Amino acid sequence: MPRLKPANCPSAAEILPLGQDGALVRFAIVSSPAATGAVQAFKAAIQAADLPGVTQTATSLASVLVRFDPAATTRAAINARLAALLEQRDWMQAEMPAVRRTWSIPVAFGGDTGPQLDEAAALAGLTPQQAVDELTTADLRVLAIGFAPGQPYVGLLPERWDMPRQPQLTPQVPAGALIVAVRQLVLFTNPNATGWRHIGQSGFRPFSDRRADPFALQQGDAIRLIPVSASEIQTLTANQPDGLGGAHCTVVG
Amino acid sequence: MTATLTVVRAGPAMTVQDLGRPGHVDQGLSTGGAADRIALLEATALLAAPRVQPAIEMAGSGGTFTCDAPLRFALTGAPMRATIDSAPIAWNATHRLRPGQELTIGGALAGSYGYLTCAGGIAEQPWLGSLSAHLAAGIGGPLKQGGSLTLGDDPAPDSPAMTLPPADRFSGGDIRLMPGPQSALFDATTTQRFFGTGFTRGAQANRQGVRLDHAGAPFASAMTGGLASDFIVSGDVQMTGDGVPYVLLGECQTIGGYPRIGTVLPQDLPRVAQAPIGATLRFVRISLEQADADIRDEATVLKDLRRAVQPRVRDPHDISDLLSYQLISGVTCGDDLERT
Repeated sequence: MPRLKPANCPSAAEILPLGQDGALVRFAIVSSPAATGAVQAFKAAIQAADLPGVTQTATSLASVLVRFDPAATTRAAINARLAALLEQRDWMQAEMPAVRRTWSIPVAFGGDTGPQLDEAAALAGLTPQQAVDELTTADLRVLAIGFAPGQPYVGLLPERWDMPRQPQLTPQVPAGALIVAVRQLVLFTNPNATGWRHIGQSGFRPFSDRRADPFALQQGDAIRLIPVSASEIQTLTANQPDGLGGAHCTVVG
Repeated sequence: MTATLTVVRAGPAMTVQDLGRPGHVDQGLSTGGAADRIALLEATALLAAPRVQPAIEMAGSGGTFTCDAPLRFALTGAPMRATIDSAPIAWNATHRLRPGQELTIGGALAGSYGYLTCAGGIAEQPWLGSLSAHLAAGIGGPLKQGGSLTLGDDPAPDSPAMTLPPADRFSGGDIRLMPGPQSALFDATTTQRFFGTGFTRGAQANRQGVRLDHAGAPFASAMTGGLASDFIVSGDVQMTGDGVPYVLLGECQTIGGYPRIGTVLPQDLPRVAQAPIGATLRFVRISLEQADADIRDEATVLKDLRRAVQPRVRDPHDISDLLSYQLISGVTCGDDLERT
């Protein structure tokens, strides 16, 4: 089995292949607050180490992707450097980096704009109103950007939100949809099928190729969801050609 | 001189494609680009272009095109029925189109994606360094009837017509698969069965991925449903919730929660993309060491293709205006050489 677990590594991280030019450092196979802290800190450490031959680093929820140029280095060399970095400390104890930007994003919850709010709230053991209160006051961060351009994975929610994906896909939820599963929220970039539950709707488009800044969000951004009515989302969507749907960004410090 | 290519009639899925936008995985944007990247390299070699040019990718069938200035172009990828003013023209070759003539590209004779590449490239405005339509991301879109593209200048308009030997990647076959981060989630029995199965390229396919059908049980893995969404690369073979494999292509999602049994080597991915509906595909397991030792970078592939191009010798049957050529330059008694 092609995996490498450094002998003295204090965490359970593995170094795995992803294509001929990629090494994936996976801290956990399921999401956890410790893993999200670890990947952010470990990515910063790789960038600081400035490893020769590395062309790109990126983080997902529980892993760091390290892409390298096979003409300039070898997988063995990259793996050795990554293993040495892993041994430096217990990365699972690392804190999330400090917040640099906070986004406030208006969302209409429930009803036609979030047809599965009641179902998701029940799975979390909450009333719909309690669920909205928890989601709009929770300390949320952009943990990863992916699947579709600019699309944020936001979390982690309290453990009661650790609900699996649905066995059957919802055939289509609209762009701007707020969906929930496995302790995370996603704001959809494009209309798509999903196994996650559709609980709200925003006018926010995380990506637009017609915007000066096509990718609105950055990994690590703090997110505050602002509850508004469905009609307000309609107004915000109609009146905001930038596709931000009334969202605004505050830079901290 | 700058020319305009007009789309007189558009097939259902024609888009402009180059090598895509690499390096944006941290922003959730997959590379995209031509479904068959080798076809772009073939066109580059045929046209003796200094660098890879964007092409018109034609899924399943092409369209009808005209130009307003003399145009040198290459046809590569899945062979399609092609004519200039109803005279058939060869695939995997370069040709010339004159103003007033009509280039018509019909249905694929084998494979799925054909490519029309103009020698001067396409002089439209790139976005993030590429002209590629990325349909899944909502960047650009299909070419429409009546639309037109501004072409770049042909750096060598007088180059002779060239051809390449036909390629064999248009009917499925063996696909090499290297291990990936989730390979170990599939138990030995399931993995063995996967590599022993002949798959049929399903009808459900687009630039994001190709569904593979097979008779028999689905390919289950441990941990479906609860996996943290993790990085995907094109070539990954993903098992959806119901255990059906999809080979992910250039427009795939960048992260996802379904497990992937392995990654198709990049040089074999055009064979998957080009497999027509119903073609048989089998996966060949290769070790990580073998995969790392067998890297075929595109610069090397292009260098080899440049060496393989040959002048196109035209069959008299293909020359519609044969009688206008001076075929005989002189008549002798036949014994000239004997007479001294």
